[in-house]
Amino acid sequence: MAVTARKGSQFRAAVLFLIPASIGFVVFFAWPAVRGLFLSFTDYNLLRPPVFVGFENYIKIWSDPVFWNSLRVTLEYVVINVGVQTAAALVLAVLMQRFTRTMVVRGVIMLPYLIANVIVALVWYWLADYNLGIINAALDFFGIHKIGFFGNQNIAMVTIAMVNVWRHLGYTSLLLFAGLQAIPRDVYEAAEVDGAGEWRVFRSVTLPLLRPVLAFVLVVTVVGSFQVFDTIAVTTKGGPVDATRAINYYIYQRAFERLDFGYASALAVILMIILAGVALLQNKLLRANESDLER
Amino acid sequence: MAILALKTTRRARSTSLESDPALAKSKVSIFFGRLALLIVILITLFPIYWMFRTAFSNNRAMFGEPLNLLPVDFTFGPLRRVLGLSTTAEALAEGGSGASINFAQYMLNSIMTCTLITVLQVTFSAMAAYAFALLNWRGRDKVFSVFLIALMVPGIFTLLPNFILVKDAGLLNTIVGIALPSMFMTPFAIFFLRQFFLGVNRSIIEAAVIDGANLWRIFRTIVVPLAWPQIITLAILQFIQYWNDYLWPFLIGQTEQSKLLTVGLGIFKSQTPQGNPDWAGLMAGALVSAVPIFILLLVFGRRIVGSIQSSGVK
Repeated sequence: MAVTARKGSQFRAAVLFLIPASIGFVVFFAWPAVRGLFLSFTDYNLLRPPVFVGFENYIKIWSDPVFWNSLRVTLEYVVINVGVQTAAALVLAVLMQRFTRTMVVRGVIMLPYLIANVIVALVWYWLADYNLGIINAALDFFGIHKIGFFGNQNIAMVTIAMVNVWRHLGYTSLLLFAGLQAIPRDVYEAAEVDGAGEWRVFRSVTLPLLRPVLAFVLVVTVVGSFQVFDTIAVTTKGGPVDATRAINYYIYQRAFERLDFGYASALAVILMIILAGVALLQNKLLRANESDLER
Repeated sequence: MAILALKTTRRARSTSLESDPALAKSKVSIFFGRLALLIVILITLFPIYWMFRTAFSNNRAMFGEPLNLLPVDFTFGPLRRVLGLSTTAEALAEGGSGASINFAQYMLNSIMTCTLITVLQVTFSAMAAYAFALLNWRGRDKVFSVFLIALMVPGIFTLLPNFILVKDAGLLNTIVGIALPSMFMTPFAIFFLRQFFLGVNRSIIEAAVIDGANLWRIFRTIVVPLAWPQIITLAILQFIQYWNDYLWPFLIGQTEQSKLLTVGLGIFKSQTPQGNPDWAGLMAGALVSAVPIFILLLVFGRRIVGSIQSSGVK
C-alpha cells in the first residue's frame, strides 16, 4: 500500500518536472514536424492560407533539374568532405595515440571546431581570395597559375568541402582517438613481441578494433555533412552557376527567396527520408554495434 | 619545493609514457610521427593567425603586400571600425567601406541570447533528465524514447514551420524569438544529463525520501550538486553551439537590436564592396566574434576535450 502511494506521488512529480521540456518538445519539435509534413502537400506563400494540392509538389520536384543538380552537388560534397576528413582524422588519431600524450595537441586541433562556420568560411574565403589571398599570392610567387578556389565552378564545391574538413578534422580525430584509447594495451604488446611494423600494427590491430567507433563517426559525419549550409551561404551563395547549390541551400532559397513554403517543405521531407535511409544503410553495412574484439 | 613537486610529477608522467605499449618505440618513427603532428598543428593554427594578422593591418596598405607575414602597417583601426568607435572619415582613410557596423551591439545581443537559451535549456533539460533517470513512473522509458526521436529530425525540417510559428507570434526581430525553439529543451541535453543521473546512487535518494525530503528538494540539494561538473560541461557546449549558429538567427533577427555576431558578420561580408573588400574589417569582425570562444577554450579546454572524447566511446 505504502509502495503504490509513493509510486503515485512520483508520477505526479514526474509530470511536473517534465512540463517545460514537454512544452518545448510538443510546440517546437512534434507540432512543427507534423505541420511540415502537412505543408509539403500544400501551396503556401506565407501571405495567404495554405491550399491543399496533394502530391503536386513532389511531382514537380521529380522533374525539377535544379533539385537533381542539388542532390548531385550535395553528394559530391559529402563524398569529398567525409572521405578526406575520415581518412585524415584516422591518421591524426593514430599519430596522437602513438607519438604524444600531451593535452595541448588535442586542445589545439579542437580549436577550428569551436569557431563558427561563418567565421571559418570567411577566413578561408580571404585566404583563398583570387586577387590578394595569401594562397594565390604564394602560387603566383612560385610562378604557378592562380586558382579560383571559390570562383571556378569545377573547384568551388571541392574548396567548400576542404574548408569544412579543416574545421571538423580535430573533432573527428578526437572521437576516433577516444576509440583508440579503449583498445586493450596488451594487443599492442603482443604485436610488438611479434615484431610488427607501424603499418602492420595499424592494419591488423588498430583498424579492426576501431570499427564500431568508426561506424558511429561515419553515421554522424555523413548525416551532418548532407546538411551543409552556412559555408555556402556566406561564400558562394550556390554559385558559380549551380555548382554549390546544395540541397539545404536550395530549400532555403525556395522558402525564403521565392516564398514557396509548400515546395520547400516537400524538399525537406525528401531530405529527411534520404538521411534516414543513409543512416539505416550505414548501420547495416558497418554492423555498427559489433566489435571484432568480442568475436 | 613546488619545483621539486613539478619535477616528480613530470618524471612520473614520463615513466608512464614509456610503459604505454601503444606508443611507438623506434627513434625514427618518433621523429617522423612528431613532425607530422607539428605540420597538422601549423595547418590548424595558420588560418587563425592570419585572421589576427589581417585584423591588425591597414586595409589600404595591405593590398601591396599579400605575402607579408606580419600585420601590414600595424593598426587598431579595423577593430575600432567594427566596434563602431571610429568616424566614417577615419574608416575610409584606412580602406574601410564607411558602412556603419556595430559589433559591440551584436556581441551584446549574442551574449544575451545564448545566455538565455543555455540557462533555461540546461535547467529544464536537467529537470526532465531527473524524471527520466531517477523517478519511478509507468511509461517512463516509452516517453523517453519518444523524446529521442526528435534527435533524428534534421534541423531544416522543423525550421520552416518554426519560422512561421515565431512570425505569427509577432516575435520576428526579437531575442526571445531567436531563443524560443531551443530554450525549453533539446533531446541531446536531456540524453546527455540522463546518462549522468543514471549513475547517481539510488540509496542516497531513497534515504532522503525516508527522511521526508520532497522530490524537488532531492533534485536541488542532491542530484544537481552531484552532477554539477556535467551540467557545466553541457552548458559550455550548448553556449558555444548557439554562439556559432547562423541560419536560424539570420532568419529571425535582422535588426540592430536582434542581430547576432554571426549574422552581423554575414551581412557585413555581403555589403562590403566586391571589387575592393574591407578584408581587415571583416577579419576584425571575425576576431571579435571568436574571442569569447578562445577564452572559453583557454578556461575550460580540458573539460571540452574530455566531453568530446567520452561522446565517442559511450
